[in-house]
Amino acid sequence: MKELGTYAKNTWCPGCGNFAILSSMKAVLNILNEEGFPLEKVVLVSGIGCHAKIVDYINLNSFYAIHGRVVPVATGIELANPDLKVIGFAGDGDAYGEGLEHLIFAAKRNIDITMIIHNNRVYGLTTGQYTPTSPLGFKGRSTPRGTKELPLNPLELMLSSGATFVARGYSHGIDLLKKILREAIIHKGFAFVDVLQVCVTFFNLYEYYNERVYELKDHNPQDYGQALNKVKEWNYNSDAPIPLGTFYKREIPSFDESFGKPESKAIDAESKIKDVLAEAI
Amino acid sequence: MSDFSVLIGGKAGDGIDMAGLIIARILNQLGYRLYIYRDYPSIIRGGHTFSIIRASENKIATHLNKVDSLLALNQDSVDFHSDKTKDNTFLVYDSDVVKSETLPPGRQALGLPLEKIMKEEDAPAVMRNSCLIGGFAKAIGVEWNILERVLRKNISKGIDLNLRVAHRGYEEVKELVRIDIVANPSLPLLTGNEAIGLGLVRGGLRAYIAYPMTPSSSLLHFLAQKAEDFALKVVHPESEIAVILMALGFSYAGERVAVGTSGGGFCLMTEGLSLAGMAEVPITIILGQRPGPSTGMPTHTAQSDLHFVLNAGQGEFPRFVVSPGDAEEAYFWSSVALNISWKYQTPSIILVDKSLCEGVYSFDIDLVGELGEESPVLWDREKPYKRYLDTETGVSPLAFVPDKEAIVKVDSYAHDEFGITTEEAEKIGSMQDKRWRKEKYLRKELEQYELVRVYGNKSSSFALLCWGSNKGVCVEAGENLGLKVIQPLVLSPFPVRQFQDAINGVKKLVCVENNSTGQLASLVNRYGVGVDEKILKYDGRPFSLDELEERLRKL
Repeated sequence: MKELGTYAKNTWCPGCGNFAILSSMKAVLNILNEEGFPLEKVVLVSGIGCHAKIVDYINLNSFYAIHGRVVPVATGIELANPDLKVIGFAGDGDAYGEGLEHLIFAAKRNIDITMIIHNNRVYGLTTGQYTPTSPLGFKGRSTPRGTKELPLNPLELMLSSGATFVARGYSHGIDLLKKILREAIIHKGFAFVDVLQVCVTFFNLYEYYNERVYELKDHNPQDYGQALNKVKEWNYNSDAPIPLGTFYKREIPSFDESFGKPESKAIDAESKIKDVLAEAI
Repeated sequence: MSDFSVLIGGKAGDGIDMAGLIIARILNQLGYRLYIYRDYPSIIRGGHTFSIIRASENKIATHLNKVDSLLALNQDSVDFHSDKTKDNTFLVYDSDVVKSETLPPGRQALGLPLEKIMKEEDAPAVMRNSCLIGGFAKAIGVEWNILERVLRKNISKGIDLNLRVAHRGYEEVKELVRIDIVANPSLPLLTGNEAIGLGLVRGGLRAYIAYPMTPSSSLLHFLAQKAEDFALKVVHPESEIAVILMALGFSYAGERVAVGTSGGGFCLMTEGLSLAGMAEVPITIILGQRPGPSTGMPTHTAQSDLHFVLNAGQGEFPRFVVSPGDAEEAYFWSSVALNISWKYQTPSIILVDKSLCEGVYSFDIDLVGELGEESPVLWDREKPYKRYLDTETGVSPLAFVPDKEAIVKVDSYAHDEFGITTEEAEKIGSMQDKRWRKEKYLRKELEQYELVRVYGNKSSSFALLCWGSNKGVCVEAGENLGLKVIQPLVLSPFPVRQFQDAINGVKKLVCVENNSTGQLASLVNRYGVGVDEKILKYDGRPFSLDELEERLRKL
């Protein structure tokens, strides 16, 4: 077991759901490493928000990017070198608000990256505003009389956008979370995991989730129709039971494969340029 | 005839662009140096479009408004451009659509019944321009075999029918003048964007990422077309925001990358630009200017984004901004800009405009300066790797993923040398100093280049100050009128010393710019140099040589 930690001081609130994601991620990376995957080939990308500090806490290659832009950075790294394992971390404000368009396009392209969304359904670092997945009527500091808009169901959106791996985890119950994250990272193609990560300071939903979550059983993740039905069971607003696990999984060629591996030998630029010039006379 | 201009006009969809290029290539076969100005609306079908093809014995980079030949595929071409004719201008026109009473009086005019000919040859309407070109070639005394060779090279679809139609035009008119053959070898004809693309490839480009936006789209098209030859990865993502962020991902993984856009797209890129400044991830941006504000006039030209480019992005970070003025400079500086972005791990911006991007130039690679093989500063593997190692030059050696011995952490937050976020006051100051120190060394390195070029009558105390694509028109006007011409090529870091040298002895300084405020004038003013007069043009059209000379004479 490698510790994988850094000297950075952890500044998450005590009881924050991010700790579970951090320790699950370290555990999964260790397992992959033991199975023979070299950790120098892992690149972690994060956005901005509480979630994003995770890259400061893991001693591996990382790109601490900007709010909403985890997906394009991760996509660029993967396209440049498809041998890398690129894992993106984003918050719900980050992935579903500011950067939603990128998430949809990553699913549409089936780029071989993993996106893990720390979905606490509230803005933590900016101290308590509603996000795209906050329930209707959520009273945040920008909506003191409650939101007037329904939340997004990100899983349904990802399924309809073409994601080839769609799962939901929960920051309580680390064994299941590890299992889901491992499966997502191994998946060849765009893998999307929405993790219900509890913000103890601004939106403590531990009790609410504990009463409702259950692990998917007798579910065929190859069946798109079944997956769609299951992701609709809970719409992030109702008080319905909340299924956890892998809803959908399918292998199709990924976008990065179409570009091939980086050429080991450089082209003879000057002779290629001469060809173009000769053609232009 | 040592200087010959042809205007060909029609409606959008008539193939004017290709026709203009074919005419240029015919003249190129005769040894002329070419420049094409392309004027077209932001419309796919209909609307008036024209090209002015200028041929000269000398290298040129501007057009003339008065033309020697007017080729009209429609009535508009006669109505809109008769004022561009001279006493000895001759016209070749479609006599089936142009009313003969509207022809400019006193000019020789050769009518070709294009509709009738198309019908007889069972040819589609889009081939009318081939027939017109046939007539034009005959009128200037070009041998048929030259015309045939050029057509064969440029037209792949329906070449036999095109040749037949062109031959009809060739046979129907008489020779009016015999154009001289110049004893020059023919040169490649490139658009400014093609020159930029080739320069980037010369600089080691591995990936190009862009979202379509005129006038940079044709660079995307060119590199996408040539992607296999140049071993390039060319990506067209969902937005300019994605464009620059993806590019930073490529750079992080060690691939040389460039992005292209225009002002509106650059607006979206500014958060990524600032990220590149902070995270010290190399990026090269090609910005083709067009008139704003906002959507403005998509297919026209402007130089109104200079201050935007110099100041874009939150915070303070060094940036390299270069504005090449013709195809050779575009090639050379695109290569240099890419290298600088890697050597100094800071953004390079190639600031051009529609005139340069889409203008066609005779490209002489022998006039391009010496380009060396450049390598960024790489980690020597001696001490444990720190992505942001504080060095004498401010440049931290690079390592690329995957590397067994290096952990590569980049960060948009203020960070320490290892790349971990920090807010420690002392660290913040020293890291900002480190980033700025790079500019000092960049300035030093740049001194080896001619950053401010001087042309024309160098001893004149009357000087024109220009930048970017206005180089061509200013140099020629300067030579004709005996004026000095000063062109700062690099705009950031501003080459103060070279500029002071250039300005030495100048008593009257006139800036020539395609904007409404004189943006270069206000930049040089920051360095204590006042501009006496401003010649500005901001209607989306570039200066023509005759127009600029007239405005200079009025001063």
